[in-house]
Amino acid sequence: MLDLSLTQMAQGLAERKFSSVELTQAFLQRIQIVNPQLNAFITITESQALDAAKAADSQLEKGTATPLTGIPIAHKDLFCTEGVKTSCGSKMLDNFIAPYDAAIVTNLAEAGAVSLGKTNLDEFAMGSSNESSFYGAVKNPWDTQAVAGGSSGGSAAAVAARLVPAATGSDTGGSIRQPAAFCGITGLKPTYGRVSRWGMVAYASSMDQAGPMARSAEDCALMLQHMAGFDARDSTSIEQAVPDYLSQLGNSIQGMTFGLPKEYFAEDLNPQMAERIQAAIKELEKLGAKVKAISLPLTRMAIPAYYVITPAEASSNLSRFDGVRYGYRCEDPKDLEDLYKRSRSEAFGHEVKRRILIGTYALSEGFYDAYYNKAQQIRRLLAEDFQKAFQQVDLIVAPTTPNPAFDLGSKITDPIQMYLEDIYTLGVNLAGLPAISVPAGQINNRPVGLQLIGNHFGESQLLNAAHQFQQVTDHHLQKPALV
Amino acid sequence: MKLNVEELHKVAHLARLSIHAKDEESYSQALSNILNLVDEMQSIDTHGVQPMAHPMDAVQRLRTDQVTENNQRDYLQQLAPATENGLYLVPRVVE
Amino acid sequence: MQWEAVIGLEIHAQLATKTKIFSGSSTAFGAEPNSQANIIDLAMPGILPVLNKQAVEMAIKFGLAINSAIPERTTFDRKNYFYPDLPKGYQTTQMATPIVGRGYLDIQLEDGSSKRIAIHHAHLEEDAGKSLHEDFQGMTGVDLNRAGTPLLEIVTEPEMSTAKEAVALLRSIHSIITYLGISDGNMAEGSMRCDANVSVRPKGQEKLGNRCEIKNINSFRFVERAINHEIQRQIEVLEDGGRIAQQTRLYDPDLNETRAMRSKEDANDYRYFPCPDLLPVEIDSAFVQQLKDALPELPEEKRQRFTEQLGLSVYDAGVLSSSRPLADYFDKVVALCGDAQLASNWISGELAAQLNRDGVEITQAAVTPEQFAGILIRLKDDTLSNGAAKQVFAALWAKEGQTADEIIEAKGLKQVTDTGAIEAIIDEILAKNTAQVEQYRAAEPDKRGKMVGFFVGQIMKASKGTANPKAVNELLAKKLNG
Repeated sequence: MLDLSLTQMAQGLAERKFSSVELTQAFLQRIQIVNPQLNAFITITESQALDAAKAADSQLEKGTATPLTGIPIAHKDLFCTEGVKTSCGSKMLDNFIAPYDAAIVTNLAEAGAVSLGKTNLDEFAMGSSNESSFYGAVKNPWDTQAVAGGSSGGSAAAVAARLVPAATGSDTGGSIRQPAAFCGITGLKPTYGRVSRWGMVAYASSMDQAGPMARSAEDCALMLQHMAGFDARDSTSIEQAVPDYLSQLGNSIQGMTFGLPKEYFAEDLNPQMAERIQAAIKELEKLGAKVKAISLPLTRMAIPAYYVITPAEASSNLSRFDGVRYGYRCEDPKDLEDLYKRSRSEAFGHEVKRRILIGTYALSEGFYDAYYNKAQQIRRLLAEDFQKAFQQVDLIVAPTTPNPAFDLGSKITDPIQMYLEDIYTLGVNLAGLPAISVPAGQINNRPVGLQLIGNHFGESQLLNAAHQFQQVTDHHLQKPALV
Repeated sequence: MKLNVEELHKVAHLARLSIHAKDEESYSQALSNILNLVDEMQSIDTHGVQPMAHPMDAVQRLRTDQVTENNQRDYLQQLAPATENGLYLVPRVVE
Repeated sequence: MQWEAVIGLEIHAQLATKTKIFSGSSTAFGAEPNSQANIIDLAMPGILPVLNKQAVEMAIKFGLAINSAIPERTTFDRKNYFYPDLPKGYQTTQMATPIVGRGYLDIQLEDGSSKRIAIHHAHLEEDAGKSLHEDFQGMTGVDLNRAGTPLLEIVTEPEMSTAKEAVALLRSIHSIITYLGISDGNMAEGSMRCDANVSVRPKGQEKLGNRCEIKNINSFRFVERAINHEIQRQIEVLEDGGRIAQQTRLYDPDLNETRAMRSKEDANDYRYFPCPDLLPVEIDSAFVQQLKDALPELPEEKRQRFTEQLGLSVYDAGVLSSSRPLADYFDKVVALCGDAQLASNWISGELAAQLNRDGVEITQAAVTPEQFAGILIRLKDDTLSNGAAKQVFAALWAKEGQTADEIIEAKGLKQVTDTGAIEAIIDEILAKNTAQVEQYRAAEPDKRGKMVGFFVGQIMKASKGTANPKAVNELLAKKLNG
């Protein structure tokens, strides 16, 4: 039951082969057993989940079920869930019971999904290893010595280890795709504005985007179908109809052109990774796709631009955590400044503080032009390069990361080393593009991710190509030994 | 680009963070390293390029001026560390 | 040395929207603390702003009224600083491309001349909450009901040189925003607030002196006093050989002094950057034209019409156009009675005095423009004498009747123009006061003028004010002079 796809689960539920309560209990039991080894969940909402499963069963009984009715999922603990702790992986919000639901939480609940709990993440989504979480690092189910990736590491590990069939994530600079790659699952970062940001705690508002994480492109398509859509509460939400993603999956990719940016295959790329990616590209060619060499010359510049813009936005977004209206407050503040400084310094971890400081510095008097403004100019040049590429190709194909998952603790002391690993994922966020990471094999039992990048609102095409790839490969069906 | 300890404290104060004496060196080193990485941008000619604050070329939608909210004070103040008579309490502010 | 002051104003006007600039919470004044602060206003994690259309429209209307160009695109920025009444830790405001560009206003000076003051720009922003310092065991209480109320910040060029000019500009802005109905302009409730930038320099010097910003001035009277006080303070410092420190000062109306503020000293690096949660607002030129066409006649236009078309003096026109309800009242009365000068005299005289006595606004006047015009019509056609007209006004104010004619009838106030009837009264009065008549006739001709007043008073009294004064004067002179 734990290995079924979402579509198969829905079918099983519809045919009453099993009930939602049974399905939910099976996953909850597995969480009980496996989560202590992985630390993928921060909060498990067992009783709410069982209540929701019962309600789902009665809907199934009555024949009023919707496509996700009764299917267990989990939410990254960055999405507000009314009445349930929403910690963002931070001591700052360890006591925060969200007073409202995020848009995607509402949307998925309305589609009938049953939430089992909230998954671990890097503190406020700032990190690529999940080691900055106040609740401790998530371990990679394939190799518990390895990081699960970040920031949506909890969701990725939970899906890979069959603790839940699908989960939500958020991606500001690769936070869905990189952990999906490290944990051998499929993760989609939609076009900026495709999924509402309402209720998703902001890291860098101009890049944050929520998306699905599941075992296959097909499951991601089903999840996205019920996450995406216009939301008047989010000014950056785009008013555009959501296509039927599932119906496009079966299309042939014969004649589709894939661009290979040479900068994504340069010296940064681990040679074994390069082999796996080249093998995957061969599979696409076998499906009739054309491959074309392209260039995205400013690829490397995505790193500095990203590490200026996101900290700048974050420094402002995280100013609301001041110990006044909610969240952590230090003991006995002696005056207002003491309240602010101690509450924030005691409750934020080092990586969050580093990024707030960098962002504050980049926006401060005398540095704004050299840092923030320069980064936003480079951002435009990068985005224009992508647009030029999409005049020649339908999709871009590349590795998701230069290397497979690294060892826990190996990069935590050197933020720069960690930042450099994000080189292939950052550009997508700067340009607001959609991209998907799909499993493409392993290196020493650590998974490898193939990244497909589309033009704005190209989710259908991405899911279609990824699905076709998964029809002729079995990387996404591989299970970690733990399972 | 090296961020010295004095600059570190100035930035930290703007961000209302305090940096422990024992962490000064590691923060100033880490931030300096990040600034060095970020300085790579200066090699790119961006003369005349319009900064891009939003990834999509979209425009702001406007909301009708209609009251949609009701009083949720008691519910929302359950989250607050200190309140009295419906007010949020903070250490005395001197103007 | 001769000193010259240079003054610029920053005026914050709360816009009269029903809801906040970025949320659907009510902006009604006087609600229970924090009862109008929803999750957006409280900056809960994950919330997002959506811009209020009404606030945008109101700002554009203001821009049109001050002859400013409205940009095709306007954007929002974040101004970052920590303060308990600022829930997000930043204020959403406009720095790079404000909604109202450069414009100007003409203010009327006391000598009757006018002076053009440039408006640098005006921008939309959100208001902060309120900190209450009453005793909560040494704590400050924060009420966020006001947080997120839309403000229009109007920034002038430093082109005023006296406190009186500053007040004239403030009054002019006040009439415009109330004319447009975009703000109630109530300074006591804080819906209009004014900060003044003041510096002094030796007369004739080009270079500006160091300036101080005076905050917290909450009435027209205080604006004048605070600025005058600050000018004086700066001159004294400079004449003693001192230097003016550039700083923010708070005006204390009780002590009539300004003092340096402590809390804002280090709040100097606001790290402005474009707000990523709000997209550029596109302003359609057809929409602007539509708003322009629907603009009401503005104070300056009214003032001109009152002088040029209605022949009023500059002073009278200024008084009547200062508030829209007053000007509307005047316009209605003129339309009905057809005599602008008479209407002006009576509105600025009898009506203004009555409003003042009762301490009410023109909008609460007990006599309607129709009733008021009714009095003036009877005054013009000689049915009423001046004194009787005042009695009719008082009676209408006291709700003793519906129309002037009804009161005239009921009280018998119709002016007597019949010379026979007037002669009879004169004869009676002269007969009763033979001694005074003797005195009059014995007096030198140049002393007689004053003595006539006595007889006229007696006659008018006897006629209950209904005798036509002109007829009385003529007949009385004939009889006294034999």
